Amino acid sequence: MPSVATGIYHTSYESDLRLHHTRSEKARLVLGIAVLLVLPFTLNNYWLGIVNTIGIATIGAVGLNILVGFTGQISLGQGGFLAVGAFTSALLAGRAGLPIPVSIAAAVLVTATTGAVVGLPALRLKGLYLAIATLASQEIIEFVVRRWRWLTDGQGYLEAPALGILGWHVQRASFERTWYWVILATAAAGVIAARNVFRTALGRSFMAVRDQDIAAQAIGVNLTRAKLGAFALSSGYVGLAGALTAHYTEIVTWERYTLDVSVQYVGMIIVGGLGSVAGSVYGAAFLMLVPPLLSALADAIRDTAPFLSDQLPALQVAAVGLVIMLFLLFEPRGLDRLWHRIKDYFSLWPFRY
Amino acid sequence: MTQFIQLTIYGLANGAILALAALGFVLIYKATSVINFAQGELLLVGAYAFYSAFVLLHLPVILAVVVGAIIAAALGVAIERLVLRPLVGEDPISVIMVTIGLSAVLKALVQIVYGTTPREMPKVLPRGSVELWGAAVPMDRLVAIGVASVVLAGFSAFFRWSRHGVAMRAVADDQQAALVQGISVTRIFALAWAMAAVSAVVGGALIADIAEVSQNLAGFGLIVFPVVILGGLDSVSGTIIGGVVIGLVSQYAEGVSPGASQVVPYAVLVLILLVRPYGLFGQPRIERV
Repeated sequence: MPSVATGIYHTSYESDLRLHHTRSEKARLVLGIAVLLVLPFTLNNYWLGIVNTIGIATIGAVGLNILVGFTGQISLGQGGFLAVGAFTSALLAGRAGLPIPVSIAAAVLVTATTGAVVGLPALRLKGLYLAIATLASQEIIEFVVRRWRWLTDGQGYLEAPALGILGWHVQRASFERTWYWVILATAAAGVIAARNVFRTALGRSFMAVRDQDIAAQAIGVNLTRAKLGAFALSSGYVGLAGALTAHYTEIVTWERYTLDVSVQYVGMIIVGGLGSVAGSVYGAAFLMLVPPLLSALADAIRDTAPFLSDQLPALQVAAVGLVIMLFLLFEPRGLDRLWHRIKDYFSLWPFRY
Repeated sequence: MTQFIQLTIYGLANGAILALAALGFVLIYKATSVINFAQGELLLVGAYAFYSAFVLLHLPVILAVVVGAIIAAALGVAIERLVLRPLVGEDPISVIMVTIGLSAVLKALVQIVYGTTPREMPKVLPRGSVELWGAAVPMDRLVAIGVASVVLAGFSAFFRWSRHGVAMRAVADDQQAALVQGISVTRIFALAWAMAAVSAVVGGALIADIAEVSQNLAGFGLIVFPVVILGGLDSVSGTIIGGVVIGLVSQYAEGVSPGASQVVPYAVLVLILLVRPYGLFGQPRIERV
């Protein structure tokens, strides 16, 4: 027996399939849950609002990571899928008068279907051609939601009904806190479901397609099913995130679903770590925190460096771009890998490896 | 009929500028197999560099273009060396994303230095308009077509006959074989980025003269994709034809229904990707496990 553990070795399939492998993982999970439960009682409304947007972004980022990180299909169409989810749910709840949970579920299904249709070119294309095909779908969806006057009754924006179910409605005074619990529950369910998908045959076939699609086909993976399944599943998550944004902000406009949003989401999963569910969570939190932290910093040193607060919008854009570039250059596998490296360093100290 | 001729000239002018922007893109892709999402931002930087040299420093036009080209070429080489060299051999998604990150940074830097208000520039190209088959056609568009054609012809000749152009084609064909022949692949990479940046300056200066210098110039970077996919990613002549076709098609679409030019290029793009992904003049790739 070595004096320090050099890794996690599985001796049975059950242990390999378990969601949580070690005691310290379980301890961290308990700690994380405790923090999440205390959070809404310690933060003010401004920061709780930011936490809520992180929660919604987490759902979208997990969805995108299923497609890009686990299945290897590059997508720049995230913004378009968010728009489909948001508009579907807002229209069904607002104009057709469906209960909000039903309209959100319908939005998930509609977006998943749209995703599968957009994924059709993926059966023939890969790599950069696929990236450009999804870019085209982004531009086309954006054009439709921008120009189709029926969607917004010609006023340029669409009001989405506030969250409510069976006569109960979200109260203004406890708005952020109520939403916190709703988003936390949805995001947690989404994350756990995503972790579980990759223990099933379908999820494993996604990863086989990512690693080498022709070889995967040769060993009997149904390529059509895996690719379209990944597009549908991923878009379902993204549609959920879009629908939640619609009801959370109570207004739907096309400006929120541009190519910049797609880029931001791809940034999230790169910063967090491609092919890691936990990484999607880290990445969403990281990229959503950069702009508010930067503006807090600019506020704090307004007197010594007025330049910073004058140029804030441009600086926020530059910071996000720079973060993406630096991660790709120095830690292409993202925060998730960084975390593992830190853990290894301490568990192996004083040895290098 | 007059409207048709007018749309055709506008379409040709847009197409020629598009082809210039797309040419830089194809240059980089051919030599280094990098998909450059920051091409529009190179155009933006090129236009602002020209604007600074011409309006702020009061240089004569030709000198201003040269200064702009030198600045842009230095920027291109720096990008290649610092940002893309470390990613040689990485996944396409890493390379695509690093150029997207780069485009955000470049755009933000331009905004920090020059602000968001569009800048007016004294016109260099002749203004007025001439009568062509009964349609009033603005002179500046005609000159833009001419300038773009000359530059495009120059680049094509460079590839066909010059020593460096042939070396570039060799690198694009097979990097190892080129190395064996004694071609410096790193120098060719730097050259490709420098030339792409220079073609972006010419394109940027032309648009700046026809319209105005503003952040919206970066939008040209995205319409490059329909152009290069239509023409075939690795074909210079395909790029020119792709640029002209996309320019004409979107102008005609605009004539039928205003606003349609924003989406028609992408519809063409999807169609091409479904039918013939390697474009009209590109080479199909055979993939083996």
